[in-house]
Amino acid sequence: MRFDLQIIASWIEPGAKVLDLGCGEGELLYFLKKDKQIEGTGIERVESKVTRCIEKGVPVLQGDINEEIQDYPDDTFDYVILSQTLQQVYEPAMLIQSQLRIGKKGIVSFPNFSCWNVRLQLLATGYAPITKQLPYEWYDTPNIRVITLKDFRKFSKEVGFKIIKEVAINTQNQAKSGKIIKFLPTLFATYGIFLIG
Amino acid sequence: MSEYIEHDKAGVSVGLVEKKSFAFAEPPNEMILESGARLGPVTIAYETCGELNDDKSNAVLICHALSGDSHVAGYYSEDDPKPGWWDIMVGPGKGIDTDKYFIVCSNILGSCIGSTGPCTYNPKTVEPYGLDFPVVTIGDMVKAQKALLDHLGIKKILSVIGGSIGGMQVLEWCVSYPEMVVSAIPLATTTRHSALAIAFNEVARQAIMADPNWNNGDYYSGAEPDLGLAVARMIGHITYLSDESMRIKFGRQLQDKSDISYNFDADFQVESYLRYQGAKFVQRFDANSFLYITKAADYYDLEKQHGNGSAVEAFSKTKAKFLVVSFTSDWLYPTYQSRAMVQAMKKSGLDVSFCEIEADWGHDAFLLPSKSLTAMVKGFLERVNNENGKEENAL
Repeated sequence: MRFDLQIIASWIEPGAKVLDLGCGEGELLYFLKKDKQIEGTGIERVESKVTRCIEKGVPVLQGDINEEIQDYPDDTFDYVILSQTLQQVYEPAMLIQSQLRIGKKGIVSFPNFSCWNVRLQLLATGYAPITKQLPYEWYDTPNIRVITLKDFRKFSKEVGFKIIKEVAINTQNQAKSGKIIKFLPTLFATYGIFLIG
Repeated sequence: MSEYIEHDKAGVSVGLVEKKSFAFAEPPNEMILESGARLGPVTIAYETCGELNDDKSNAVLICHALSGDSHVAGYYSEDDPKPGWWDIMVGPGKGIDTDKYFIVCSNILGSCIGSTGPCTYNPKTVEPYGLDFPVVTIGDMVKAQKALLDHLGIKKILSVIGGSIGGMQVLEWCVSYPEMVVSAIPLATTTRHSALAIAFNEVARQAIMADPNWNNGDYYSGAEPDLGLAVARMIGHITYLSDESMRIKFGRQLQDKSDISYNFDADFQVESYLRYQGAKFVQRFDANSFLYITKAADYYDLEKQHGNGSAVEAFSKTKAKFLVVSFTSDWLYPTYQSRAMVQAMKKSGLDVSFCEIEADWGHDAFLLPSKSLTAMVKGFLERVNNENGKEENAL
């Protein structure tokens, strides 16, 4: 399982109720169901990924996360996860507020745009940075927002949610291994993972 | 639904099956219908495949649509040319695995393929019922299925599965007998017909009733309303397809000719196809049954009948786990209806999965081979079966 998902999984208590927004093929939920006996469900837009989830025994709804999140009653879940998707969300404040309405806690992870290689690329080449975490040209990227660890902390104050825990990691895009960055995370972390409430 | 009965490409089949029947509601203990009318005796034709396990926890009930029957899979004899109507889904190792589950499928009440319906003899008159047959509802069909399962000693159903009108029965099962239903797979269906669906059914019924042979439903001793029923079926077939599928399948191709004929023969392939389907259908289906079943489908309104107008309230009556599937080109039961259903299930706190399958084949897509549908049904059943075992142990 992807390194960032391993960290997220380690934060979740056995038996919890979990919603994974943009769950892909249900990797995290599958692991959590088997290993921690959680009650979980996912939301995913792409039909083939939805099929894979259901095939594996992971409950999932095909749909848009911004719309699907609306129907759940308050505090339905213990955790609502948004992993590596925030940078593609059109209205992040609204989504995070919904996340915390239907879940007691939220978990958000995203690629850190202030990583040294991103800074260096822009400075040295003058082109919009392309990295392993954000591998697209400006004209074909689904990532409509660039976010840094510091941006997210500032955003939490502006929107009014609490950061309970944060971990900065350095890992390649889909890699199973990585390391936790304690020294100058804004410079050396490729991803940030936040537990919010 | 159309007929897509084909042999399994790999030759895998559950093998020989037998049509059985179960009779109940002998007078004076007739079945009391939703309308208040009494009906009895009632015969239900059914078939089973696979083995019921010792703790009777592996029963799967399949509900057929408008023109289906109890013959869901397998063959009646060694030289039977055609298998059951969902043989591609039901069999050893298939989506609904007969090595693991005990499958029950019965002909619906009001139909004409072994179960009691308008063409059955009325014990009071010793003539076929005709229009003396009381109007039956989806709820009544399910009530008859419940009597059958009681007779088979099945107290819990691992999953109720069906598409179209069969899907309505699935939903009805979940809210009417919540203690019995562990999970459910409603395919290409709705909690209530749209005006469009009712409109098509009404035109089809009018076609039957306009046939002079229909004779107010009293035709069993003479010529039958074959023309009316054939036209009704042709209308049905149009609604089961889609603009896209008709374009791909027929386009403007001519049938066995190089130019138009300047008369009213079937020039276009699509005309010829519809005429053929209509003519074939009248050989196996009763016109009155068509009227009764389409009316039952039009009357069905889960919100009104079970939730005081609210789907959320209706679904709060069940604890079943759901897999809801719709198809992109289905204009008879469009995806927005499935989404509304899923939304209500979410609000009721139910465990629900939903997938809209990209398919060109319209409403009929649920009967056609689909790797993703098969994989999802299989995976979903495995999960609910595993979880069911755990939950039973935990109690």
